[in-house]
Amino acid sequence: MRIKLNSQYFLSLVAVILGLAAGAVLMAATGKNPLEGYLYLFRGGLMNLERIGNSLATATPLIFTGLSVAFAFRTGLFNIGAAGQMLIGGLCATAVGLTLAWPKPLLLTAIIIASMLGGGLWAALPGWLKARFNVHEVVSTIMMNWIAYWAVFYIIPLHFKGPYLETESRRIPEAASLKIPWLTSLFNGSYINLGIFLALIFVVLSAFILNRTVLGYELKAVGFNRHAAEAAGINVNRNIIFSMSIAGILAGLGGATFYVGYASNMQIGVLPSHGFDGIAVSLLGANSPWGVLAAALFFGLLHTGKGFMNAMISIPPEIADTIIATVIYFAATSVLVERIWSRYRQKRASALALKDKGKAETGTGGAV
Amino acid sequence: MLEIIVKIFPYAIAFTIPLLITSLGGLFSERSGVVNIGLEGLMVIGMFSGALVIARTEGAYPGISIWLGLLAAVVCGALFALLHAFACVSLNADQVISGIAINMVAGALTVYLARNMTGSGNIHIINGLKRLNIPVLSEMPILGKLFFTGTYATTWVVLAILGLSAFILYKTRFGLRLRACGEHPHAADSAGVNVYLVRYIAVAVSGACAGLGGAIVIVTLSGEFNGSAAGMGFLALAALIFGQWKPHGILGATFFFGLASTIANVSQAIPQLAQVPAIFLKTFPYIVTLIALVLSSKSSQAPRAAGQPYDKGKR
Repeated sequence: MRIKLNSQYFLSLVAVILGLAAGAVLMAATGKNPLEGYLYLFRGGLMNLERIGNSLATATPLIFTGLSVAFAFRTGLFNIGAAGQMLIGGLCATAVGLTLAWPKPLLLTAIIIASMLGGGLWAALPGWLKARFNVHEVVSTIMMNWIAYWAVFYIIPLHFKGPYLETESRRIPEAASLKIPWLTSLFNGSYINLGIFLALIFVVLSAFILNRTVLGYELKAVGFNRHAAEAAGINVNRNIIFSMSIAGILAGLGGATFYVGYASNMQIGVLPSHGFDGIAVSLLGANSPWGVLAAALFFGLLHTGKGFMNAMISIPPEIADTIIATVIYFAATSVLVERIWSRYRQKRASALALKDKGKAETGTGGAV
Repeated sequence: MLEIIVKIFPYAIAFTIPLLITSLGGLFSERSGVVNIGLEGLMVIGMFSGALVIARTEGAYPGISIWLGLLAAVVCGALFALLHAFACVSLNADQVISGIAINMVAGALTVYLARNMTGSGNIHIINGLKRLNIPVLSEMPILGKLFFTGTYATTWVVLAILGLSAFILYKTRFGLRLRACGEHPHAADSAGVNVYLVRYIAVAVSGACAGLGGAIVIVTLSGEFNGSAAGMGFLALAALIFGQWKPHGILGATFFFGLASTIANVSQAIPQLAQVPAIFLKTFPYIVTLIALVLSSKSSQAPRAAGQPYDKGKR
């Protein structure tokens, strides 16, 4: 088991290195210096407290969508709908934030609960369709993404229209924001907000649920082998719905941390990229909560540094997205790396065996 | 009422055609057993290469530059789809993950390249495709107004490709083999079909079709590349499912979806249509697809081997 885990992280590392290499090739092909590019990319994400804060704030929704995808993956489900669940979670959070005039602690609690409910219910439907009618969750969550997209597209202008633009909601009041003054000033005015602590809590909670509880055991059992789990008396259908709902709750929370934490209003006509980035995060983190945390922080760093890099040496910021996208492709094709690696190890092993054999023969020869 | 229908019909058809050709691409890929949710990204590739070629050539060759652009989109779409084929067919990768990677790479890479050229990342073309009236047929009562007035040449090209595809899929040896690879690849293999080759061809064709779809969006609807297909690739995927993986099915489905989207887009301008809430019209394609999936859960027409990598050694 230990070896398998290690090799998974090894493959993730290879995918990242190949992704960065592909980014370097692309920079070089468009006449830019890759070394300089990466220097500015990483400096842009790390060079002072404000930027570190921004990297953490950018990583926060990615931690949630990554956890969301990873959680469903462990039950053998592929949640492509994190983007839609995030939108609905964000919509619920924004609606509560713009409607209720409660004191901040109470209001934030209500916002967080609303986002969990919204995201959870949005994902429970595909879960139920899968359990009851065997509708493939990949297709149904894609459909749910676009239903969410159009729902936000029409509900925001209808009920929460901003004063100037038709395409965005009003700004949420200060009491509804996850940003809090001492944290913002600690990081010199960055976007960092309470969401990062929420994310850390849910990383620990997810790891606990998956590794230490009966629920987690059952969810993983369904993921390993649905039929064996059923034969062992586990209610497969219930666990599928649970797993999707938890995934939706996590993505919904990601929506809250993005729309009322990182941002202060909701734009319409945008399907957040965090949904698909979350798949990259989950793959890279080997579907484990701690791996997700590490991968999300890395991607947050790339996304924060790209603007600075663009300003300094005019490499288009999309290089970061290209790197992340190629990382997914290399993660998907990691079989190739695995094949090369195992062939290399076989060769080395047989070479070693030959050597040992030779030694042994000379050894026995000596004794005789 | 007829007046309104006549007014919005050309728009509905213009919206339907890129959906239809992209959906047809998905049909080729999925009937051969490879799920392709990278259609959206392949459309973006077509939009980028089409817009780029047209923008570069329309000064020098105004007559043919649009057709050069469409051709470039077909070629680039097919080549880019080979990345998906390589991952799914040669490396047995997860087809959904590879499709997502295709979408993400296409979106990011094309904007990166476009920004290196234009700064803003948008590529404008000056002249789109002209609408034409078909000489004799447009004189017909009602039908002439609906189908043969103000049509794009690409509409007829796409319909011809659809007819040709239906013929290839159902009346030729290659079509039979392709469908066999999607239903039961082992049986096809034991009958002497090279499953890997057939799937490579099918995925490349799907890329060519989706690329063409993207370029048609550029020359008929949008007039500029901006790095996104605005979900049309996913809408085409929904149409493929709602049309139950059949050519006439996707023709009906894409037209249905195109009409709903068009009515939603113009409902502000035409008072009679304003009563139907636009949110319902825009979400309608996705909701009916979900319902279709539920209803067909017992007797799904989906290719049986779609989504599973072909492993020669497995029984």
